[in-house]
Amino acid sequence: MAANPMYQFNVYRIGPEIKIGEIDLSFTNASLFMVISSLAILIIFNLGAQKKNIIPDKIQLLSELGYTFVSKMISDTAGSKAKPYFSFIFSLFMFVLFCNMFGMIPYSFTVTSHIIVTFVLAAFIFIGVTIIGFIKHGFGYLKLFVPSGVPAVLLPLIVVIEIISYLSRPISLSVRLFANMMAGHTMMKVFGGFVVSLGIVGGWLPLSFSVALTGLEILVAFLQAYVFAILTCIYLNDALNLHH
Amino acid sequence: MKKIILLNIFYFSFCAVAVKSAEKGGMPQLDPEFWVSQIFWLTITFGTLFLVLSKFILPRISKNLEQRRLQILENIETAEKQREQSEKNLKEFDQIIFKSKNKAKEVMLAAREKVVSEITKKKMKLDEDLTSEIQNVEKEIIELKLSSPKKINSIASNITNEVIKRLIGTDVNESSVSALVEQELKKLSRSTNGI
Repeated sequence: MAANPMYQFNVYRIGPEIKIGEIDLSFTNASLFMVISSLAILIIFNLGAQKKNIIPDKIQLLSELGYTFVSKMISDTAGSKAKPYFSFIFSLFMFVLFCNMFGMIPYSFTVTSHIIVTFVLAAFIFIGVTIIGFIKHGFGYLKLFVPSGVPAVLLPLIVVIEIISYLSRPISLSVRLFANMMAGHTMMKVFGGFVVSLGIVGGWLPLSFSVALTGLEILVAFLQAYVFAILTCIYLNDALNLHH
Repeated sequence: MKKIILLNIFYFSFCAVAVKSAEKGGMPQLDPEFWVSQIFWLTITFGTLFLVLSKFILPRISKNLEQRRLQILENIETAEKQREQSEKNLKEFDQIIFKSKNKAKEVMLAAREKVVSEITKKKMKLDEDLTSEIQNVEKEIIELKLSSPKKINSIASNITNEVIKRLIGTDVNESSVSALVEQELKKLSRSTNGI
């Protein structure tokens, strides 16, 4: 059963069963890794925030670099109007990044490899951005679907395409992260299985491949967190600065 | 903040509805057994993370960064001030050195002039002294020169007298002897002068 490459994505209950009415709210391994990731973020950044050296030490530098990295990302893509949403995007980026990175530890669980988790995050962003857009621009936000400079004949088609692309945002956002994480971990598991089945004679090739994949997956873990955060910034930019 | 909490609640219910319509698939991800639990725990953990970060940690980091920026600006300012001050000091120092050099030159020139003038004065005095001495000596020599023929004459006439006395044994008229001697001497001197 453990040889099944999909086995690593199984969610199972840890501790007692918690049920509210019909709904099962039990603490699972997924919940455990969500808690671990959040705690790790809080501990690291809290330690970094407590020090007030002019020349920062390692942990302080780490937290300040994280802060400036996200703050620069937001101001580059969404401008200065997006400043109130900084803490949300920071939390989002760090949460996804830490979940991805904790998933890279063998025998751990990758929270972001579950479509429901990424979809909840993406749909939350989608709804939030839509609400912000309507609050900022009223019904003028609908102009987002009507690009300027399009011939009147093409307009009905373009509007339909724009609406579909807008509505597919949460799906593309969530599936991108989920698929990347799942595919990478499955691949690694498959190659790990090859190492075992080919034994000491032929196992070296998949082993080296597995090592290379680990490096690639760490890169992907960072990159997907970055892409997730930067797409959020872009959607936010659409809602804050209506260009069309 | 209220908005976000409201959104979360809305969302939670939205997903709960979605869960019921889902069916069991091959991938564990598509098994809706723990979907609600995952959504619930995600909401709790991410919500806590967001709240703690935005309320406590991020403001502190931003304050630290701002403080550092201010401190660095201040330090740069003071450094700039001190640089200006030191430049001023350097200029003053240069001026002082320049002045003192000029003064030293002046003092040296004055001393030189004084020494030179003293030397010339002393030289002139020495020259004067020398010339006067020379003149005196010359005078003496001339006097001596002038007086020497007479003395010689008298000595010669005396000697002649004495010789004549020894030879003849009588006194001769002195004036005639001296006249004779003079005449002879004149002849001699004329012949020596003639040569």
